[in-house]
Amino acid sequence: MAGKTFAEKALARAAGLPGVVAGQIVDAAPDLAFSHDNTAPIARTFYSLGVTRVKYPERLAFTMDHAVPAPTTAHAQNHVEARRFAAEQGVTNIFDVGRGICHQVLSEEALARPGDTVLGADSHTPHFGWLGAFAAGVGRSEMAAVWATGELWLRVPDSVRVYLTGDWPQGVTSKDFCLRLIGDQGADGGIYLSIEFDGPAVSSLSIDSRPVIPNMMAEFGAKNAYLAPDDSLFDWLAPRRARRVGQPVAAVREEMAARALYPDSDATYLAEYHYDVSQLEPMIALPHRVDKVKPLSEVRGVRVQQAFLGTCTNGRLEDLAAAADVVRGRSVAAGTRFVVIPASSEVYMAALRAGHIETLLAAGAAIGTPGCGPCMGNHMGVPAPNEVTISSANRNFQGRMGTRDAEVYLANPAVVAATAIAGYIVDPREVMG
Amino acid sequence: MILRGRVWKYGDDVNTDVIFPGKYTYTINDPAEMARHALEDLDPTFASQAQPGDIVVGGKNWGNGSSREQAVISLRAVGVTALIARSIARIYFRNAVNNGLLPIVCPPAVDAIQNGETVEIDVDRHVVRCVAGEIEFPPLSPSAQAIIAAGGLIPMLKTRLAPPSS
Ligand code: SF4
Repeated sequence: MAGKTFAEKALARAAGLPGVVAGQIVDAAPDLAFSHDNTAPIARTFYSLGVTRVKYPERLAFTMDHAVPAPTTAHAQNHVEARRFAAEQGVTNIFDVGRGICHQVLSEEALARPGDTVLGADSHTPHFGWLGAFAAGVGRSEMAAVWATGELWLRVPDSVRVYLTGDWPQGVTSKDFCLRLIGDQGADGGIYLSIEFDGPAVSSLSIDSRPVIPNMMAEFGAKNAYLAPDDSLFDWLAPRRARRVGQPVAAVREEMAARALYPDSDATYLAEYHYDVSQLEPMIALPHRVDKVKPLSEVRGVRVQQAFLGTCTNGRLEDLAAAADVVRGRSVAAGTRFVVIPASSEVYMAALRAGHIETLLAAGAAIGTPGCGPCMGNHMGVPAPNEVTISSANRNFQGRMGTRDAEVYLANPAVVAATAIAGYIVDPREVMG
Repeated sequence: MILRGRVWKYGDDVNTDVIFPGKYTYTINDPAEMARHALEDLDPTFASQAQPGDIVVGGKNWGNGSSREQAVISLRAVGVTALIARSIARIYFRNAVNNGLLPIVCPPAVDAIQNGETVEIDVDRHVVRCVAGEIEFPPLSPSAQAIIAAGGLIPMLKTRLAPPSS
């Protein structure tokens, strides 16, 4: 009998079945089901079902992150409704204004473990694959159904394996790899699939640069993306989980490692891709498509009015540190704004302690409250028509940042910071010279 | 069941931001108002001119991007009954099923159908009839069919979760 992919193993566990195969439809019970500012409309749908109680309130989590602090009265009202719902239903995992972006915060809070199944009312839910979890985005009605019943129908996806080898060159990040992969295969190259990553160049990635990969796989069309969990992940996650459950770290770590799932070596994959990351260079996605990708060297010189560093993709400590390194002792170009939004309050505090926030402020950056900021066009740095933004986010669709007449380029954090200094798209080495 | 309507045909990779802009997602809750913004950043004429019963045809990767259900609900609120595409992004596909918008993945039908013509979909026989002829499309999985037949996920759950009548 053929071996199992990660997705097959994880969904068998979530469905309580001895084994499942790709293509099978199962009723999966998620270990974590989360929503954000969309919690209020989901709550309305939930109550319309005629149900009064959430089945497993302890498996739910809410974050207020997409438009925080509230930019308008309507947004504020929306947050009020979400808080009221959490109180009514005894949902204690609510992370309010200022704590940060769902994917980052719920990772920091150790609410998902390796081998868990996570459903989120957010398209970048595959993010949680960096923890070795099966994680898929769902719609609002589906989330209401999960609240009511504790489960949801899912099709077990086919899987693709991506094997990474080689040493990461200086200045090349996991973001550049993702842009390259999506550029090579197209934005629909992973549609419906579980993308399962492994190899020495995955294990050599820092903790902060790992989530970028499954996060970006949403732009590849993937249902789920998975990084094989390793010791450095357990070292990072176990103390956090131990604090949450009030147990000794060693015991939690042992249980976590035992619960982790790995694909069998003879699992059946639709395709296998192999990348030698030592051959990669910094990449840029051009407006308005994540798969319209070119090497940085070919895009150099494009004038930019706004540089945005933040989001669930690249708003972590390492990203702020990379930006601080580039801008130290330099100033943001006249006619260009540099908006920096840490992905979470934890990231913000660590960046403060390390001096990165001071460095960025001194260079002329505007620092925002942890959250999504202008990523989806809500507030705190939306561009004017005909302006160009370079962003560390994951998505550059037309209209994404608020107006269909603006252009968004996607890049890694150091390139975003260097562009803020130069006023045009540029290689960080040129700025730092 | 037969669905019959005028076709609005678009290209590849139509994403959720141009179907229903993100800036409205936490402030607009009324489907009728969502309808007024349907396809706003793709085709500004759509919302004012589309009629109940109309059918949208797209290329590959229709609905890629956000999980926002409004990208389906806004089309449903305009009265769109079916979406025929080369491929459909997975969350969009699920949202379509869950909101009673019939998703049909059928590249030959996309090739055959012209913008503006009137087509007929025979849901039970899995056939699209257009000027160029009859084209069969693959049926949905039984679980998806059951949801569509119930009018969507929420109506189906309402029936399933209803307390037994006394
Ligand atoms: S930062 Fe952007 S991509 Fe990430 S959750 Fe927020 S809106 Fe979505």
